[in-house]
Amino acid sequence: MKAIVHVGLKPGVLDPQGRTIATSLVDLGFDEVTAARQGKVIELDLKGDDKDAARVQVTAMCEKLLANTVIESYRIDIED
Amino acid sequence: MRTAVISFPASNCDRDAFTALHQITGREPVMIWHRETEIPADVDFVVVPGGFSYGDYLRSGAIAARSPIVQDLKAKAEKGLTIAGFCNGFQVLTEAGLLPGALMRNERLKYVCKPQSLSIVNGKSRFTSGYNGQKNVVLPIAHHDGNYFADKKTLDRLEKSGQVVFKYDENVNGSARNIAGITNAAGNVLGMMPHPERAVDPLHGGTDGIALFQSVLDTAS
Repeated sequence: MKAIVHVGLKPGVLDPQGRTIATSLVDLGFDEVTAARQGKVIELDLKGDDKDAARVQVTAMCEKLLANTVIESYRIDIED
Repeated sequence: MRTAVISFPASNCDRDAFTALHQITGREPVMIWHRETEIPADVDFVVVPGGFSYGDYLRSGAIAARSPIVQDLKAKAEKGLTIAGFCNGFQVLTEAGLLPGALMRNERLKYVCKPQSLSIVNGKSRFTSGYNGQKNVVLPIAHHDGNYFADKKTLDRLEKSGQVVFKYDENVNGSARNIAGITNAAGNVLGMMPHPERAVDPLHGGTDGIALFQSVLDTAS
């Protein structure tokens, strides 16, 4: 079983890297880009097959280490 | 006064902190490796040094904040132990929850490394009383992740309660309200991005860091 954790800066927290990416895309001619936010993806391999239990555990991991909830939010996808 | 310096893998200012503490207190500090579980009971002041602990993996200071010795640091902070984190040490202390807010990538995405003029906003803290009313100091800064962030409510509370100790005299990294250093509510834990331990000898180019250590020494005795 896999857990895919997406961690990104919360809305309202300035993301200079995302802003630079957006500017660069526009410079390349992708005029449709109005904004970009950059985050990170953490893939976890997990023992067991209880998805609900896994979600509880991965949420605890996010709160304890994977995200800094002062500035970041997270989303968890559990896959087979 | 008995002092200590915590070393993590890739700390690189632990020797500077050692030298500064040795020079100012006249006693060699205890060097504590991050795998240790207890800060010796007779230690009065702990420095969490600058560097790139754990290669800044995940977030600056994040892994170090979960190391065994920091758990004891948290327990002793609650009992009033005097603690200062400089640069990466500040990042470790926010990640550990000992100080509010977070340190993000510099607004202009550039590593900044230069002597920086700072204002002492609170000259009565146990870390600044030795400046005797001096309003400005110049201390070295050297960081990529020094952009202090906290929500508006927290910032208002910090300013009102005198927890903002140092401010940059210009916008160097995007920090909210130009904040360079803060204490916790109880006043025994300081975090700051500038490096007082690198300004304790004329050969460093400045000695404005001495009074910070002297303040702690005078408060303790």
